[in-house]
Amino acid sequence: MSSDRPSALDLDQFRATFFDECAEVLPDLDSRLSTLDANAVDGENLNAIFRAVHSIKAGAAAFNFRSLVTFAHGFEALLDRLRDDRLELSADVASVCVRSGDVLASLVEAAQKGTDIPEGFGADVLAEVEALINPEGTPAAIPEEKASAPTVSEMQSWRINFTPHRELFRHANEPLLIIRELKRLGELEVCCDRTGLPELATLDPEEAYLGFSFSLRSKASRADIQEVFEFVDQDCDLVIEAFSPEPPKEAKVPSRALLPGSAATAKSASSERKAKSPSFVRVDLARVDRLINMVGELVITQAMLTQQPSEVGTNLRDQRVQGADELAAHIRELQECVMAIRMQPARTVFARMNRLVRELSNKLGKKVRLVTSGDETEVDKTIVEELVDPITHMIRNAIDHGIEMPEQRLAAGKPEEAVIHLSATQRAGNILITIEDDGAGIDAEKVLAKAISKGLVRPDADLSEEEIHELIFAPGFSTADKVTEVSGRGVGMDVVRRNIASIGGRIHTNSQKGQGSSFTVVIPLTLAVLDGMHVAVRGEKYIIPLASIVESLRPDRRQIRSVAGGDVIFIRGEYIRLIYLHQLFNVAGESENSHPALVVVVETENGTKAGLVVDELIGQQQFVFKNLNENADPVPGIAGATILGNGRVALILNLEDICSIASASLKRNSKSGLEHQHEAVLDAGEMSALAQASASAEPVLQTQA
Amino acid sequence: MTEAALAVPRQKSVDRSLGADAAHQFISFSIGGEEYAIDITAVREIRGWSGTTALPNQPDYVLGVMNLRGTIIPVYDLKLRFGTGATEAAKSKIVIIVAIRERTVGLLVDAVSDILTIETSEIRPVPEMDRGAVAEFLSGIVSVEGTMVVVLSLEHLFQRDEVEQLREMEDAAIQ
Repeated sequence: MSSDRPSALDLDQFRATFFDECAEVLPDLDSRLSTLDANAVDGENLNAIFRAVHSIKAGAAAFNFRSLVTFAHGFEALLDRLRDDRLELSADVASVCVRSGDVLASLVEAAQKGTDIPEGFGADVLAEVEALINPEGTPAAIPEEKASAPTVSEMQSWRINFTPHRELFRHANEPLLIIRELKRLGELEVCCDRTGLPELATLDPEEAYLGFSFSLRSKASRADIQEVFEFVDQDCDLVIEAFSPEPPKEAKVPSRALLPGSAATAKSASSERKAKSPSFVRVDLARVDRLINMVGELVITQAMLTQQPSEVGTNLRDQRVQGADELAAHIRELQECVMAIRMQPARTVFARMNRLVRELSNKLGKKVRLVTSGDETEVDKTIVEELVDPITHMIRNAIDHGIEMPEQRLAAGKPEEAVIHLSATQRAGNILITIEDDGAGIDAEKVLAKAISKGLVRPDADLSEEEIHELIFAPGFSTADKVTEVSGRGVGMDVVRRNIASIGGRIHTNSQKGQGSSFTVVIPLTLAVLDGMHVAVRGEKYIIPLASIVESLRPDRRQIRSVAGGDVIFIRGEYIRLIYLHQLFNVAGESENSHPALVVVVETENGTKAGLVVDELIGQQQFVFKNLNENADPVPGIAGATILGNGRVALILNLEDICSIASASLKRNSKSGLEHQHEAVLDAGEMSALAQASASAEPVLQTQA
Repeated sequence: MTEAALAVPRQKSVDRSLGADAAHQFISFSIGGEEYAIDITAVREIRGWSGTTALPNQPDYVLGVMNLRGTIIPVYDLKLRFGTGATEAAKSKIVIIVAIRERTVGLLVDAVSDILTIETSEIRPVPEMDRGAVAEFLSGIVSVEGTMVVVLSLEHLFQRDEVEQLREMEDAAIQ
């Protein structure tokens, strides 16, 4: 028998698969549950919910997650009644279902992490579920602890004969688990019937030979016992009968004898649980097929390149050139295919947030509705995973700090129910994720007061609204008046910003006091490969992401004007400010020309245009993105690095950063306000007034033009 | 993920090892005529200088970044870090690749001298010096065959608090 038990490694793998499935099923379950509508009963929806709960229950039973099974069982029973129209789907029932879904998810999480579930967790919801199943107060048929609840008080002796069929093991069943289950119901004595056991020589280790007879003293009902055998009833002969005590004495195997083994199994299982579970990607088969096709094409190209010229009858050089071209095309497509495999819809992150919003708003007594859009926007899987924490944190913040209590909202003339809008869109090689709420917004005065009290800014600092909003990202900043369960534990927006920065992203804030706030996270579509323009600035070479480039031009001297010390360029009726990269980056060396040689006009994702002044455009190329921050400190203005064909490192520019450094250094020079991390070296006088000028620039410039 | 983990092995034993009562191996190298040593367990490899790509607006001792088989690592000029002038980056110079906690960085030195086996008890504390802040990353002095060798604490060499910040950030992310 032991030879048939899956090894610890297998078990671990099955367990990982189970949680993987749970991770897939739960968000779906959650979104289905939230669409449960008392007025429009959707049978198919109910069925899907039932199936999801059932499959979690079945898996949980296999791995012996007791509280999970118990809860899932109750929930399943409730859903079954809804499905059969034995129970009407009222708004109350729907709410119980939603909460049950949350408890179920928490239990799965606890089982996965191996954390202890607090005593009585979910008991209130389960009680509600049971009350719905049995309005008269008769208990539901629920195994284990619940079954021994005071309502079933009669101790009863049962005799159970359990004779597995030979193929029991092949259906992934295991008598030991059943014995363990029975043991939970009450006092258990087990007799093993070895008569079916053949000679060792003829024994097939994959077949079940042993039979068992149990005598059980328990308060459990017949249905409870039946339940234990639920998964094996096709694979065994089962007789369950109630009898008066006087257990058989002969050939008794004390149940204790079985315990050491089972305890050991449980122990090893719990230690394995700590090991990090591998992560999987589910991929559309069509994408894999495309990948395989591309590999085929590569093989053909390779064959073509190694063919003898005489065989094809063309000249070798032409053939090589053509081969290289094809190779380049194939590699690009192959790369796209591989990327596509890692793409996941944003839905996988968004779906998890429903529960968070529900739980938090209930806890805090606020009314909040989560609206999502752009769920289908595809994001690289590694990014998706890195996004969960920051988004969770920002939503938590929005509910805790941003959104007001219902009465305050009504008093402010807003609808009682607040809306958090979570959206994902794709723009210019970036993914934009926006979290927008219609709450109270950022209270600039409060933030500033807090920052002063924490010594983050000087009391006499004169900060703009924007700069004050930036303060919430400062390490150690928290506006929470007291540390609550929800937030204020010191893990603040600074961590959110750094998490996002670690995947090459940025975060923007926009807030109107009383109107709400919005946070926009901008992250690259994929971390791995990007198209870029290779440029030279004095002796140094940089890469500008191609997706952000609007145009490149060699401007006429007349197109460039100085505005209060800074330069702007006039292109087709638009004034664009110039950023001299060699000044910004403090690159030594001289350019031959005094006027800008080349201007690369770039547009950042928030629509700002800027003209980067460079010396030379070297060429357009695909670059493999390498993270710079792994070993070095973040460098303002630099998004990452790549390795060129000659093995040298080239830096990839972070355009948003560059634009903000340029403006920040302007501001710092014009007024010594917020001390900041950017150590940009800019000629103080050079562009100093441009920031102020930009507000009033238009009319002035037009008269000039 | 795993690639990063492989490329940047965890290196925790650097400081603790100095406290243990046993012999340890150190790599000694010279910078501007002075001899220094670092714990050999932190050293990943030793390479010839092949140039770096400059990072804009960094402290002067940050020479730039180099490509170490696909991983981008920063290279620091130890002489500049000590405030005793710049190491003349030439082909004959050496870059010692070391792991400091989660990071892998390169240190530009004049030459690698020897592998020293030193009893921990032989390491004498650094006397109070005018250098002030610099003394923080000098963890001891040892005399080897009449030559004075300064043992460096790698963890204190480069903005320790930033490494700390990184650690905190990771901890926070785990929660």
